[in-house]
Amino acid sequence: MAQLSYRDAVARGIAQEMRRDERVVVVGEDIAGAGGVFKTTVGLLDEFGPKRVLDTPISEQAILGAAMGAAMTGLRPVAEIMFSDFFAVCWDIVVNQIAKTRYMTDGQVSLPLVIKTGNGGGLRFGAQHSQSIENWAMAVPGLKVVTPSTAEDVVGLMAAAIRDEDPVIFCEHKGLYASKGEVPDGEIVDSLGTAKIRRPGRDATILALGMMVPRALAAAEDLATRGIDAEVIDVRSLVPLDTRTILGSVARTGRLFTVEENPQLLGWGAEIASIVADEAFWDLDGPVQRITTPHIPLPSADSLEDLVMPSAESVASTVEKALQS
Amino acid sequence: MKLPLSEHRYGEHGVVLPPERSDANDALDVDLDRRRQLYRSMREMRTFEKRAYDLFMKQLVKGTSHLSLGMEAIAAGFGAAMREDDYTFATYRGHAHTLARGVPMTPVLAELLGRANGLMGGKGGSMHLTSVEHGMMGSYAIIGAHLTIANGAAWSAQYRGSGQVAVCFFGDGTTNIGAFHEALNYAAVYRLPVVFVCENNLYMEYTSIHDITAVPHPAADRAPAYGLESIVIDGNDADEVHLAAVTALDRARSGQGPSLVEALTYRHGGHSRADPGKYRPSEEVEAWKAYDPLTVYRERLVRLGVSEDELDAIDASVLALVDAATEGAIAGELPSPESAFTDVWADGGWSWRN
Repeated sequence: MAQLSYRDAVARGIAQEMRRDERVVVVGEDIAGAGGVFKTTVGLLDEFGPKRVLDTPISEQAILGAAMGAAMTGLRPVAEIMFSDFFAVCWDIVVNQIAKTRYMTDGQVSLPLVIKTGNGGGLRFGAQHSQSIENWAMAVPGLKVVTPSTAEDVVGLMAAAIRDEDPVIFCEHKGLYASKGEVPDGEIVDSLGTAKIRRPGRDATILALGMMVPRALAAAEDLATRGIDAEVIDVRSLVPLDTRTILGSVARTGRLFTVEENPQLLGWGAEIASIVADEAFWDLDGPVQRITTPHIPLPSADSLEDLVMPSAESVASTVEKALQS
Repeated sequence: MKLPLSEHRYGEHGVVLPPERSDANDALDVDLDRRRQLYRSMREMRTFEKRAYDLFMKQLVKGTSHLSLGMEAIAAGFGAAMREDDYTFATYRGHAHTLARGVPMTPVLAELLGRANGLMGGKGGSMHLTSVEHGMMGSYAIIGAHLTIANGAAWSAQYRGSGQVAVCFFGDGTTNIGAFHEALNYAAVYRLPVVFVCENNLYMEYTSIHDITAVPHPAADRAPAYGLESIVIDGNDADEVHLAAVTALDRARSGQGPSLVEALTYRHGGHSRADPGKYRPSEEVEAWKAYDPLTVYRERLVRLGVSEDELDAIDASVLALVDAATEGAIAGELPSPESAFTDVWADGGWSWRN
């Protein structure tokens, strides 16, 4: 067991899989010599060499197309899109090509690839380098979507994503790269499609993803001092979605809150609210409430970004107010 | 490499006429058996595409389709040069390239008809023909994307040391989209074993490529920007295409990197089913229809001593094949309703939740 940063966990997860499977290769802008602009691939070039760890031009379509073509012919590429906002310049390859080719070819083509990306806000990067794009990907049949919130989960979910036979969008939260956590020694392999109860509680269920998980946990600790015992679930995987864990929790607590960093419209929480309304309506003691960034681009100034993103305080106050009404 | 466009006569306002008919290419170094094979291959494509058109008119083929009528020499010339395990990446105008890899006609036609015995069970359709077991790695319907994907297959071949080459076909219109330029640079940087083949049929869709491109040769004039040789060939001459293909494939297989080949050709019909192609000057259409790759090639074979009877027999046997494929496709069952829900994921299913 050792303390490991979230960013170092990314490289550890990839390296673990590269050691066991020589089909695993890594490509992206500045990921080899520089170890990634977020330092999430440090050490890979030294250990595995330039044949398996490639710096690319700033050509996101070429990067993802290469990953796709390699995956369909026997490799298991991990491609980096530096900032998730840049998916907008290569979305064709993701949505039209990678997501649909297995289906269109009636199962002839397999695409075991991972697209890792720096996602989310909180770093004062402004509207084009701060977006949470999980719900873009979630909306497209054929893509799996995961967002770990701890260093241990980064290692295990990265390993699971690389071993998966389907394309996985692996969203690393930029605001968590510096965070540290205990990570067990040895091989770690997690399961896609599984949520985790981070804090059990009786009075309310709070669902969160990525950097919203530590904020939801802080909110729950705050609520506990005021007599509200909130359960916090780290959703971790949007596709596949672990509805069993979510519905089970709602059945126990009777209240559901989602904490989403994305702008409000069509965030992942809306889909979960819909599922809960359909399947757990009679378990609810009150309306489902979504706590999201308002439907605006993220502003750059720290005071403004902090104002609009869900915070531990805004989560706690929303939950407290809802439960008292 | 010879540059036949320099021999072309130009009409006014972007009209491009084919080269004069000549017997000069009779002397190219392609043996007669290979030439018979090329003729047969082109005849298969021609007869198949005409049948696909007829089945449209009978409303048996739905949606859209993009035919290669008039462009067969490129698919045939490259197809005959490729190794069995090489990879083909084609566009939505990909029927001919699919047949060129030896994919049987019945499942291809059945796919166009949306039948269960279609190449992809009716889930892909005309624009997405794929047969991995034949090295036909797909037909891609978003302009430019598949150049980048072909790079990936070439990268994989290079990584595995398999000696395979990826051949990627696309139209002249593709040369003006970003992915084309990203892919060429990428392929050149990593010296990938990939051959890019621009089928320049002079019209992007409904607009003359000449009118909306900054350089006269949409592909070849861009090649030097990526350190590649400018190559323009007569895409209606199967021998010339075949030899260019052999050269480019050898270069890729021997580790010398990618090639970009611009093959000049002409489509006899419009862009797609919906397009009668009326925007093209009749002088131009008639000149190119007279410079039909099958006519050109048949005359060459006769000059080289192949009898008209033998060529007629090839035509007849191809027609019988297409007739049988038509029967097999029309007789195919409709896809089962369940099949709409298979193969979203590798586990065979479509479930996104537990």
